[in-house]
Amino acid sequence: MSALLALFLAAAGFIFWQGFGAEAAFGWMLLSAAIPWLFVLNMIPPMIWMERKGCAYIQDRVGPERAFIPGLGLRMAGLIHNLADVVKLVTKEELLPKHVNRTFYVAAPMLSMAVALLVGAVVPFCHELRFSDGFVFRAQALDLNVGLLWFLSMSSIGVYSVALAGWSSNNKYGQLGGLRASASMISYETVLGLSVATAFLVHGSTSLNDMVSGQYGTFLEVLPRWGICTMPVGFVLYMIAALAETNRSPFDLAEAESELVAGFHTEYGAFKFALFFMAEYVSIVVQSLIIVTIFLGGWQPLPWNLLHHDWLVEPANAALVLRWLLGATALGAGAFGLWCLKWHRTNRLRWKDSRKNEGIVLAMMLGFGPALAALLAVLLWGGPTSADGGVFTAAVVEFSALAGKTLFLCWVFVWIRWTVPRFRYDQLMHLAWKLLIPLGLVNLIGTAVLVKTGVI
Amino acid sequence: MHDALFWFCASIAVGGALLAMLRREPLKCALSLIASFVALAGLYFLLKSPFPAVLQILLYAGAIMVLIVFVIMFLNDESGAPGKGDISRGGLVLAVLILVPLGWILIRAIWNADLPMMPAAPEDFGTVPAMGEKLFTTWLYPFEVLSLLLLAAMAGAVLLAKKRLD
Amino acid sequence: MANTPLKQRGIAREGGYLLEIVKGMGVTFSHLWKNIRQPENRRTVAYPEIRNPFPPRFRSVHRLTRHADGAPRCTACMCCATGCPAGCIHIVAAEYPDRPIEKYPARFDIDMLKCVECGLCVESCPCDAIRMDTGMVPMPAFTREDFIYTKERLLSHEPQVAPNGYRPRRGDL
Repeated sequence: MSALLALFLAAAGFIFWQGFGAEAAFGWMLLSAAIPWLFVLNMIPPMIWMERKGCAYIQDRVGPERAFIPGLGLRMAGLIHNLADVVKLVTKEELLPKHVNRTFYVAAPMLSMAVALLVGAVVPFCHELRFSDGFVFRAQALDLNVGLLWFLSMSSIGVYSVALAGWSSNNKYGQLGGLRASASMISYETVLGLSVATAFLVHGSTSLNDMVSGQYGTFLEVLPRWGICTMPVGFVLYMIAALAETNRSPFDLAEAESELVAGFHTEYGAFKFALFFMAEYVSIVVQSLIIVTIFLGGWQPLPWNLLHHDWLVEPANAALVLRWLLGATALGAGAFGLWCLKWHRTNRLRWKDSRKNEGIVLAMMLGFGPALAALLAVLLWGGPTSADGGVFTAAVVEFSALAGKTLFLCWVFVWIRWTVPRFRYDQLMHLAWKLLIPLGLVNLIGTAVLVKTGVI
Repeated sequence: MHDALFWFCASIAVGGALLAMLRREPLKCALSLIASFVALAGLYFLLKSPFPAVLQILLYAGAIMVLIVFVIMFLNDESGAPGKGDISRGGLVLAVLILVPLGWILIRAIWNADLPMMPAAPEDFGTVPAMGEKLFTTWLYPFEVLSLLLLAAMAGAVLLAKKRLD
Repeated sequence: MANTPLKQRGIAREGGYLLEIVKGMGVTFSHLWKNIRQPENRRTVAYPEIRNPFPPRFRSVHRLTRHADGAPRCTACMCCATGCPAGCIHIVAAEYPDRPIEKYPARFDIDMLKCVECGLCVESCPCDAIRMDTGMVPMPAFTREDFIYTKERLLSHEPQVAPNGYRPRRGDL
């Protein structure tokens, strides 16, 4: 993580040092490799936080709220619990049970994390940056023309981590969990493939860049031409299959704690368990990224191609948008700071240690500080004036749009988990083979007809 | 760089295939085969044809081998693994008698083969449209025959399994 | 219906399941939204910092009551020690030289390791000298001696403040 951050900083520094154009090509290359990983890894703590706090609120509980940074008293509504978790998992003893198959037992969590991270490499994070000196940068680690197939193939490799973990644990619960996971992942990969195939038909390409640019404009005169409108059935199928593919509830039979203790990771502890845990969230984030890219317009900030890239890169327009965004940030952060001060009055009665100051610290750190910074930026700087500045602003806006949509989809994953009860195993298989796959085939043929007749 | 990557992938591919034959535990054989397949996909990438590479991972390493691993794990039967003394001396002699001339022919053929420099690959080489076009125009007949063969094999497998169940 | 296998029910009916999921997500989201809007309505109590008072009839740790001048009301009549089913009360009586009440406890020890918190001592006391209304629970300790609550300790216990107007909350029942 910190190595990645160092890579990111090095790349950024290199780019800054060399000037923003072609001279810094090496820096840009490093950056393009670092962006997907940094994004995906940085999404893990918010995901865990969202899961814990979201499920607590759904179940009328409070959720984690106690762990704090000594001195500052920052609790961040439970976000600091992630830090405490990391400390716990890292300092725990690394056990290697005697009865396991050592090589595979150690390799399985590594494989799960590696595969989960590799998948995200094909996602474009913003429109390609065209600098004034002709240099073009793509915020995409792997610009493959078979992008989506890369994603499918990598996620099909991901089965092995679960299966191997279950098998090498030499434990019947682990073994059953591994078997269940591999069977369900094979089945639902078919559904995934069928749903993705409609996207291939509609956009006539397997490259994710083409998919995003294929979603400009309108569809049937009124609807935005986003994938969710052109292929709604495909979207639903993909959502269901993605839940199964990430082994999430209602399809988390592989780790059904009421039947299998913890399923495939029964025998895992300390950081090896943490790797599985993080890999699950990484794969959720990556699935969300892919769903956003195929079905929700990728990095496009607004549907119907409002606020489109060519308009956004004009320095004047970019400055306008940036000023609005900064203004909104200043207002929102200021309001948050005021709320924190109000909250502080009730909060300080509860705690006796440094946590009683949290309201003030939070108000300064996330409220008035950023508000002041945004306000100063609007008043003193006022936005970019050069062409490259426009390109940068556009990239920032588009990246934020992508991140926002991804965050929302991640929340949907969490939301579904705490709503829907777990399936029975035979129901899972029936659903895949008797309902979803036939539906996917019909949908594929229907989409092909629609594409051929020119409706889509 | 290119050469280093080639030797890396090639050695994994060959080594994996060898291990798949020589290892005794069925699951380890299967996993070595997966490593070999993934390395093969790497070689395809080096040949600037990402589509076959991705399909290699998706279909062979991802789908077919998962089924094989699944079955091995499901049966979890180590007793079927061949022991050391299973190969009889007569069989060994026979194997050598067959293998040596065949190997000699193969080595000679490769040695004497006149390998022309391949022309540079066209721009769209190995992309999805190019592959699809080739598959559905030039190679349509073999493609269809192959799929018929696969269908026959599948029907046969179902039939065999059904008989066992009854 | 629920027990009939899926095969017999017809897979087509499962299509309605999707709608039900969306409805269910509406229900969960309404809970989430309610809890964000009105966090004070949640049932959770932040325990060590905020404590619900015990109900007034709860039998908590004992205390010895005092006269207005501060002397213990206990007359060392041994009623509680006799009535105690666990035999955990040990009293050593002594005499006042100069007061109308003749006896007082020189020692009044309750062995909390034996006490079953039945409240019979309170019932049997003729002088209202012992009560179980401190609102405290017996605390863990490191040595056996620490579990023997002496007269001084029992006299120092205060009654639970403000059980006035106590109404049990839904979560308490």
